Amino acid sequence: MAAESVNNSVGAETKTAPPILTVSVSPHIHSGKTTAGIMWTVILSLAPALAANIYFFGSHAAAVLLTSVLSCVMIEAACQKLLKRPVRVSDGSAVVTGILLAMVVPPGVPLYIMPLAAVMSIFVVKELVGGLGFNVFNPALVGRAFLVACFPVAMTTAYIDPMSWLEAGAGAADALSAATPLTLLKHGGMEAVFQHYPSGAQFYFDLVLGLRPGSLGETPALLLALGGIFLLLRGIITWHIPVAMMATVALFTWMFGGDTGLFSGNPLFHLLNGGIMLGAFYMATDYVTSPTTGKGKLAFGIGVGLLTTIIRLKGGYPEGVAYAILLMNPLTPCFERWFAPKRFAGPPKAKA
Amino acid sequence: MAKLATIFSTFALGGIHPPDSKELSKDLPVEVMPLPDVVTIPLNMQILTATPPVEAVVDKKAVLSEGQLIGKPIHFLGVNIHSSVSGTVKAVDTISHHMMLRVPGVIVDVDKNAPPPHWPARAWQELNSRELLDIIKETGVVGMGGAGFPAHIKLNPPPNSPVDILLINAAECEPYLNCDYRLMLERAADLLDGVKIIMKTLGVEKAYIGIEDNKPLAVKSLEEAMAERHQGIGLAVLKVKYPQGSEKQLIQAVTGRVVPDGALPAAVGVVVQNVGTTVAIYEAVALSKPVYEKVLTVSGRGIARPANLKVRLGTTVQQIIDYLGGTTGDLAKVILGGPMMGLNVSDLNIPVTKTFSGILFLTKEEAALDSFGPCIRCGRCISVCPMGLNPMETSAHAEAGHYADTLAYGVRSCFECGCCAYMCPAKRPLVQFMKLSKLKNPIR
Repeated sequence: MAAESVNNSVGAETKTAPPILTVSVSPHIHSGKTTAGIMWTVILSLAPALAANIYFFGSHAAAVLLTSVLSCVMIEAACQKLLKRPVRVSDGSAVVTGILLAMVVPPGVPLYIMPLAAVMSIFVVKELVGGLGFNVFNPALVGRAFLVACFPVAMTTAYIDPMSWLEAGAGAADALSAATPLTLLKHGGMEAVFQHYPSGAQFYFDLVLGLRPGSLGETPALLLALGGIFLLLRGIITWHIPVAMMATVALFTWMFGGDTGLFSGNPLFHLLNGGIMLGAFYMATDYVTSPTTGKGKLAFGIGVGLLTTIIRLKGGYPEGVAYAILLMNPLTPCFERWFAPKRFAGPPKAKA
Repeated sequence: MAKLATIFSTFALGGIHPPDSKELSKDLPVEVMPLPDVVTIPLNMQILTATPPVEAVVDKKAVLSEGQLIGKPIHFLGVNIHSSVSGTVKAVDTISHHMMLRVPGVIVDVDKNAPPPHWPARAWQELNSRELLDIIKETGVVGMGGAGFPAHIKLNPPPNSPVDILLINAAECEPYLNCDYRLMLERAADLLDGVKIIMKTLGVEKAYIGIEDNKPLAVKSLEEAMAERHQGIGLAVLKVKYPQGSEKQLIQAVTGRVVPDGALPAAVGVVVQNVGTTVAIYEAVALSKPVYEKVLTVSGRGIARPANLKVRLGTTVQQIIDYLGGTTGDLAKVILGGPMMGLNVSDLNIPVTKTFSGILFLTKEEAALDSFGPCIRCGRCISVCPMGLNPMETSAHAEAGHYADTLAYGVRSCFECGCCAYMCPAKRPLVQFMKLSKLKNPIR
């Protein structure tokens, strides 16, 4: 009486049906962790920040988010069909890209630009080079860079004043003129910032909560940081990139960000504004486009922080997180080589 | 009573914490399985040589008594093989084997009425190292946990690697397995005598028993036995983490010594034996009894009644299934050994050899059967690798067929613990690709 393997289970002559046994190479148990599980955890961690932003910026922000996610998912499914790959949209990676893409555009952009960005993010950046796991650049950020190049006006002016949707609904067009604190800083220094915003503790309080104009992923600093800490606690990301990146930005904006010589800058302003939180916890930590070892991640985070600071303080754009990450992405293979994992032991020492 | 156990940490790099599933058979005392009608004793119990290292010394129709020599080594890595039962040789033929597929074996019709043999106690304290080694060689002791390395070779290290520490591997870090645990609970005194015999054989003054802190009852049992016979034996209680039972990891956790790449533990002055082997050495030396029985954990949710069984070598998996009341309907995999490193078989006529410590029957729910997706470069495989390798990159080369390129990633240091594949969220066969790379790059 013999149990047969799957391919040969016919013709065993026993009274009861023989068990059909699977044969495979060990290990025979699995942690149960899945790619989809990771992606949906990321989505869950973003939910509070997204909900808060939709509350601040109104229904158009929700429409931008929805359009972005739907475009990304549909384009991914279409690409995988077209390229004759298994359709894997249920793994949630396109949903994550769609959400992140919506989070790096101003909430007042016209809806039709989102599918265009999704084609860039999903088709060109991701699926054409091999799909999930093979892209060199962060898909959502390339989508943003593409939109900045093609729709510069919408991408720099379509910011909305928080809670303006509460005041007469027809006045929404006026609200689009709002300027982000970083834009004001770029063109007029801290004085310009405080002409528009309350000064002192109230200003930082608003920044932490997200009560100021900005992209969906720029505003609620506190909720984004909490989401990031949730990911840290769940073991989805490690501390290396966020800590290295934020510490570098803080240090260098403090050193060089002020008007009155070294160490007169305002690091808190720089950390709470722009895409630092989203960038540090969600964009720079993207598995595919960042290094895998601790030291590699630290180096990557420092690089992103440095480039962000340079662009903000010396470059032509008010905000630099997106370009800093995009510039560091292609260096990932170098970091992988320079900071290879530490081996258990080297070869034996030659005996004298 | 002074506390004899010392709390140690664990090994440095990587490691995982799989659910241990030991509760299925943890509290079941070792049960002696009644004699089967027929036993099929393979003449190759080890997996070290391509050709069978042992030759039969009995012919068809020979009448055997329990413990009688039936196979002699023809290769230096071979060991003596003894009949596990009294009976008549039915055939000397080719039989199934879990690793070598087909090997020569001796099939014996069991005489259930034969009187049990008497194994006289021996005053081993008066024997010297050479005499002890001869007894261990004569009785056919091999490492009971894995490849079956002959104990008489391991306990006779080359003169250029002086050994000063004996380390007893009591980690039993594989999920499900409890056979060493039961031996520590039920035969702590014999185990300690075995440790002392090995210490005398090696001529070392220091011995440690490395055990994980998920086995408090075994620690207590050993402490009690040590209170009576404590002589230079230390109990190292380690923080639970798989694969603590791997030689290099255990040596690092207990002694802090790091075995170099490609070297044996003797290179850092350590010899490791596991609990099962130590008890076998005790029986061989103190009772003059050859190795022909084995304590196995039979577990998993696919068997009607899990058990810790003492079986005769040559008992087949099917005979054990029948004794334990059959398998359940959703059985998916039969595994010899633990679920992390054990060997998956499809032939239930495979006989028990000296080397494996459990038979697991996993249901569809327990066994990981899904297909795999693309690597998302999350780096979990790197962070759990106890050897500090990069399974992600290595397996990418192997998947593309570039096996030679895997050598630069240190693929030969991989001892196939399976942590990488266990953790991989894309369920990629990482360790499987590592194994394939090792096969494609044979040494010499």
